[in-house]
Amino acid sequence: MEKFKLVKIFIILIIIIFPKTINSAEQNELLEVNWSFKGLTGKFDRNSLQRGFQVYKEVCSSCHSMQYLSYRNLGEPGGPEFSEVEVKAIAASVEITDGPDSQGEMFTRPGRPSDKFKSPYPNVNASTVANGGAYPPDMSVLVKARPGGANYIYSVLVGYEDPPAGMILDPGVYYNKYMIGNKIKMSAPLLEGIVEYTDGTQASVNQMAKDVTTFLSWAAEPELEERHKTGVKVLIYLILLTILVYLSMRRIWSRIDSEV
Amino acid sequence: MSEHDYIPKSKAGKWFNDRLPLLSLAAHLTDYPTPKNLNYWWTFGGILTFCLLTQIITGIVLAMHYVAHADLAFASVEHIMRNVNYGWLIRYIHSNGASMFFLAVYIHIFRSLFYGSYKSPREVIWIIGLLIYLLMMAAAFMGYVLPWGQMSFWGATVITNLFSAIPLVGESITTWLWGAYSVDNPTLNRFFSLHYLLPFLILGLVVLHIWALHVPGNNNPVGIDIKKPSKDTVPFHPYITIKDAFALLMFMIIFAGFVFFAPNVLGHSDNYIQANPMVTPAHIVPEWYLLPFYAILRSVPDKLGGVILMFGAIFILFVLPWLDTSKVRSAVFRPVYKQFYWIFVIDVLMLGYMGAMPAEGIYLVLARVGTIYYFLHFIVILPVVGLLEKTDPIPVSIAEPVLSGGAEPSLAKKDNGKI
Amino acid sequence: MDKPEKKTNRRDFLFTASYTVGAVGVGAIIWPLIDQMNPDKAQQALATTEVDVSQVEPGKSITVLWRGKPVFLKRRTNEEIAEARSVALNDLPDPQKDEDRVKDGKDEWLVMLGVCTHLGCVPLSDKGDYNGWFCPCHGSHYDVSGRIRKGPAPKNMEIPKYEFVNSNIIKIG
Repeated sequence: MEKFKLVKIFIILIIIIFPKTINSAEQNELLEVNWSFKGLTGKFDRNSLQRGFQVYKEVCSSCHSMQYLSYRNLGEPGGPEFSEVEVKAIAASVEITDGPDSQGEMFTRPGRPSDKFKSPYPNVNASTVANGGAYPPDMSVLVKARPGGANYIYSVLVGYEDPPAGMILDPGVYYNKYMIGNKIKMSAPLLEGIVEYTDGTQASVNQMAKDVTTFLSWAAEPELEERHKTGVKVLIYLILLTILVYLSMRRIWSRIDSEV
Repeated sequence: MSEHDYIPKSKAGKWFNDRLPLLSLAAHLTDYPTPKNLNYWWTFGGILTFCLLTQIITGIVLAMHYVAHADLAFASVEHIMRNVNYGWLIRYIHSNGASMFFLAVYIHIFRSLFYGSYKSPREVIWIIGLLIYLLMMAAAFMGYVLPWGQMSFWGATVITNLFSAIPLVGESITTWLWGAYSVDNPTLNRFFSLHYLLPFLILGLVVLHIWALHVPGNNNPVGIDIKKPSKDTVPFHPYITIKDAFALLMFMIIFAGFVFFAPNVLGHSDNYIQANPMVTPAHIVPEWYLLPFYAILRSVPDKLGGVILMFGAIFILFVLPWLDTSKVRSAVFRPVYKQFYWIFVIDVLMLGYMGAMPAEGIYLVLARVGTIYYFLHFIVILPVVGLLEKTDPIPVSIAEPVLSGGAEPSLAKKDNGKI
Repeated sequence: MDKPEKKTNRRDFLFTASYTVGAVGVGAIIWPLIDQMNPDKAQQALATTEVDVSQVEPGKSITVLWRGKPVFLKRRTNEEIAEARSVALNDLPDPQKDEDRVKDGKDEWLVMLGVCTHLGCVPLSDKGDYNGWFCPCHGSHYDVSGRIRKGPAPKNMEIPKYEFVNSNIIKIG
């Protein structure tokens, strides 16, 4: 009989270990950051989000779109939480194409909070051609679209190195230690001091990578803080109700145990 | 149908019940004599009903916001996640709910395999159950296509392409399924329609499944026939309802764990990339609950052969009641079968693991071994073990070994229902 | 005699507590399922429309779409304004002064939702017995200030939130 208990434990172990081994093929071990938003009660670092947005705006947005975000998201709870004035200013700083007007013409106007983030290119093909045949992916859900998530994005951003001896790279191709396949057509986007943080934080490559990854993690999962908060409440509720129902069950079943 | 005639207490109730005996039905379900020795493996039927209703309710709500067009589907899902009030919650309940549904159905099926619940006179319950399982797999497959991510698109391409393996008519059938010359917008549209339909077919089959069950009554861990009602049974309400509620709550805790704290861990990151017909993902994999069949499919070098074996792996289950020749129902009293049961469980888990790996090298070898063993289990081992096995003595009744103290250690109460 | 009583009370309390806590959960689940049908955040992000009215002659009007509904922007002549202001409030089913339906200093501009307050049809302009609008669905007549004068409609046509960005552009919403 005991043999089969071992079998059951063995099976449970397989089920637990199994998922971890799936996505880790062909990749260097990723760098791991102690993200503030991981864990049951994880939250985003508000300041890091705002700095990250600045990095996105000044460095990334010239090539990468974020088509599922609207400017008003920047002011909503759970995100960078810019003030209403700041959000209006950020939106107004871009020119949005609108129309057709009553003459049938398209026109441009300053952005409003309700507008979606402006894309640097009108469509995917234009973006691909302008970037050496490699489409800079839209970043709305990029963190969820890569195995390893935030750790992967961070690792790639700081993972630019000289290629190993003997490896020849085509022009426009760079070596990256953590990119799947190790070759990437984006040159290292973050250079020391490329952004001057408005809050005075020193803009090292690691700092910018951390901030922009935090921002991208929020962009992919804006509901995260509410999800964690609700989850804790739901678990506490379920555990409470389970205890009550368990005691009720014992009470009811005691009726037959007392009959003979 | 039932032995007692229920008379409603109120005049209005009696008037209604005379015309449509719903109150009698409710009384039957309440009083339904259930073996009192059922263990927690028997709670998964109730859990599965909860899962089906959850998927239907969240699905109908999602359908109020989802757009089934290739150009808009992915964006509409993001719209649900970001803009619709509680949209993220309803979406994650639906996607993780599918996984929980299959987790429950596998435990439910493996309960039946261990305790011989598929054996006479419960063959039709078993067959209806398999039909439900088939519809579940079809519904889940089509549901996964709807977000129109890379895995949605390429998984649909791989599986629909299988039909082209059918000789003579294969290509035409595949084109007919697609409504186009590849997986495209027409395919998405019809998958949405059918994905909405199938759960209601499942609901109908579930009614038949429970109806068929209520004829002989539940099996039980000891596998013996019990007279009902008797001191071996308890009324379904409140004894079983409260126990099912407790089990369901434990299940919901695990469910909530996934929904709120790890909502994407059971999925694949590639499905957050929009479908691109020009770029194939490095490894196309279905959701975890389809992996064993995927492994069987890929273990055969011939395309048609792989299709035949994959479907064969499911269809062989239909004839299980006739393949298993043992006169003893429950594995509790079948020491040899019990060991083969656990080997079979490990085999299925291994096949699942291989389904997630690239179909090459040691993974392919093990997938082939697992596939061969899978069919060996049903075609050879079950019939032979059933005929040759020396089973343990079976108790006369559920209550009896408790009262008499029983000379046989295997009849002692603590053994009843323990695997 | 005392003991069975006590046992019953404790058992009842446990069952009552279980049902109650369970009911709270069911209620908590119902709310998201209902609220998801309310306007989502994108709808709520008050969509505003800016209208260039520089080309509209006195006596003429234009219609624009705002939040899915038609908005009439009418530039009234002095005669029409005088006519609107000469009506006694007692004669109006929904008494309201014309001055209260326009912006200060912009009396010629009437900006209102072109939706009949009866059952929601779009009234026809320059029709009806009061020089204003006529709703063909059930025969409501509105005057040159968009107020109901005759017919089944209970209220004057609604004035939405709007402002003059400059003398040529009106922003609605």
